[in-house]
Amino acid sequence: MPIIELEEITRIYRTSAVAVEALKGIDLEVKEQEFLAIMGPSGSGKSTLMNILGCLDKPTAGRYRLDGEDVSGFSRSRLARTRNQALGFVFQSFHLLPRTTAQENVELPLLYREEGLSWKEIHRRAREALESVGLGDRLDHTPNQLSGGQKQRVAVARALVTHPRVLLADEPTGNLDTRTSLEIMDIVQRLNADGLTILMVTHESEVARFAERVVTLRDGLIESDERTEPLSARRELARWLAQAESEADDRTRKSEELKEVPEAEEVAI
Amino acid sequence: MKWSAVPYVAVRALTKNTMRTVLTALGIIIGVGAVITMVGLGQGAAAEVEEQVNRLGQNVVLVFPGERQLGGVSIGGGSANTLTVEDALALQEEIPEVVAASPEVRSQRVIVHGNRNWHTRVYGQSADYLQIRQWPLESGEMFTHEHVGRAALVAVVGQTIVEELFEGADPIGQTIRVRGLPLEVIGVLSRKGMSLMGSVQDDIVIIPYTTGFQRVSGRSHAMVINVQVYNQESMDIARAKMEDLLRERHRLAPDQPNDFTIQTQEEVAQAATETSRVMTWLLASIAGISLFVGGIGIMNVMLVSVTERTREVGLRLAVGARGPDVLLQFLIEAVILCVLGGIGGIVLGILSTEIIASYAGWPALFSMEAMIVAVSVSAAVGLFFGFYPAWKASRLDPIVALRRE
Repeated sequence: MPIIELEEITRIYRTSAVAVEALKGIDLEVKEQEFLAIMGPSGSGKSTLMNILGCLDKPTAGRYRLDGEDVSGFSRSRLARTRNQALGFVFQSFHLLPRTTAQENVELPLLYREEGLSWKEIHRRAREALESVGLGDRLDHTPNQLSGGQKQRVAVARALVTHPRVLLADEPTGNLDTRTSLEIMDIVQRLNADGLTILMVTHESEVARFAERVVTLRDGLIESDERTEPLSARRELARWLAQAESEADDRTRKSEELKEVPEAEEVAI
Repeated sequence: MKWSAVPYVAVRALTKNTMRTVLTALGIIIGVGAVITMVGLGQGAAAEVEEQVNRLGQNVVLVFPGERQLGGVSIGGGSANTLTVEDALALQEEIPEVVAASPEVRSQRVIVHGNRNWHTRVYGQSADYLQIRQWPLESGEMFTHEHVGRAALVAVVGQTIVEELFEGADPIGQTIRVRGLPLEVIGVLSRKGMSLMGSVQDDIVIIPYTTGFQRVSGRSHAMVINVQVYNQESMDIARAKMEDLLRERHRLAPDQPNDFTIQTQEEVAQAATETSRVMTWLLASIAGISLFVGGIGIMNVMLVSVTERTREVGLRLAVGARGPDVLLQFLIEAVILCVLGGIGGIVLGILSTEIIASYAGWPALFSMEAMIVAVSVSAAVGLFFGFYPAWKASRLDPIVALRRE
């Protein structure tokens, strides 16, 4: 059974003057353990689709079944509960609470759990989640003490702490450099390999290549839906590191060569 | 949501931004502090008034010449010449309930000792005056009926005179001059402090009323008769008898109104406490306004903070907070702010009351009620003014909130 089923989803934004049709009828099925990338230029409706998939927004028409349950008719608080229990979010701009430790940031979704967990359990699960993204030694660091990649890993830990059915990532590498992007994609691929369903929105085709299925939107409709052999982020990372190392070697060699040049340089300044 | 997580989330949000928290609470601290201070001072003043009234003497009745309204306009007047020394003597002799009666004659005079002089009030009184007023001597003695009988040139002086004219030296046996008239100081009064009307009661010279009438004031009629009644129970009967006696002595026909006014100590006290009660209310309402303004400050900061924390709210909503959770968080934040502000306000209020009271020279009085009321009012202010911003936060659309930069 597919974990996500969209049937004829439309979303129309109405203002007093105009009605904009952001989604014009999307049919999509996502199976469990799939890693799906949603691509498309800006204005294609991919953000709107992501909001609906994330239960942050409701479709104007159509049916959305998440894990067998029709959530398109849910009330606001029912949707909030669904977000808390079934979904995990990773955003482009991390959205960590400032002046709050990594541990507390990760604990946040558990505080809004219906079936109150004990504080001990909350602390334990947050620690575990942070350890799983390799930040076991950064529990007490606040966001401004963390690098961009570390912040995004805290955000991933926060998404995982509720043991969600689906991880939704909205441009997760948009604010990161190449190396940290690869590190994050490596974590995401590993989570996928462990059985987590992943939906990722991106406009970068290099990032989409790490997914096993790429859906491209254009003008509110699905333009293409392709399965590809995903690139391994781990291998890409290793290659990037090797290249960076050889470049660094080149640089040191060059600077050493420069040193051998007689002191004439200084006079020029 | 886990119930113990609700206050936890609110407290964490407050401690993450100490500066904002302190500034917000400041409005309430000042408001509650003002309420405590004003009520404390007002009640202290009321207690002081009561104390003053008691110090007026025991079972004292004052007889004023002419018609005189309670707390009315003619207080300073006393212009009517209807009370005589003989009236005072008759009150004392013919009414058994009257223990003592002292005809009073006042004048503002410059008194001289050596090369120093001082402007003060000279009171002519009978030998019983200090007993009527319950005013002990510090040293020396009061003049006697014999002194009064022969209009002796003797005086009993207050503490202010000792300080100003004698520079603190012992004045007993010294001579002071009033309009060239030499008066021997035979007694020094103990300190009495401020009067109901705010004048310094220690700034006084008391001489026999005979001397006062004949040699100092030039008047022939008493300005007040100070009467002491045997006890509290006989107050009403004594008063009635005094009225009858004075009407008879003044030959007033039944249809004529009294040409004098009898006022008991209680009536004076009532007027005074009524005044101070009004003052307390006035001060408390001014302080209430500042508390209200503090509340608006809270609302303002909470509104700004909701805008500023839009992204935070968006994230909370995204990870599963429901509208009511966010509403509750912001409400609790507001209430915590107000309760903390209330406690801080109590401390500030007690401090400032003590300081002001020590300068003003009357005791500060703190009532538990005022504090409880101030803190619960500030908590209510927090709820009331915190609700709108909290409601606004809870209605945010997570998509819009997350997008906000």
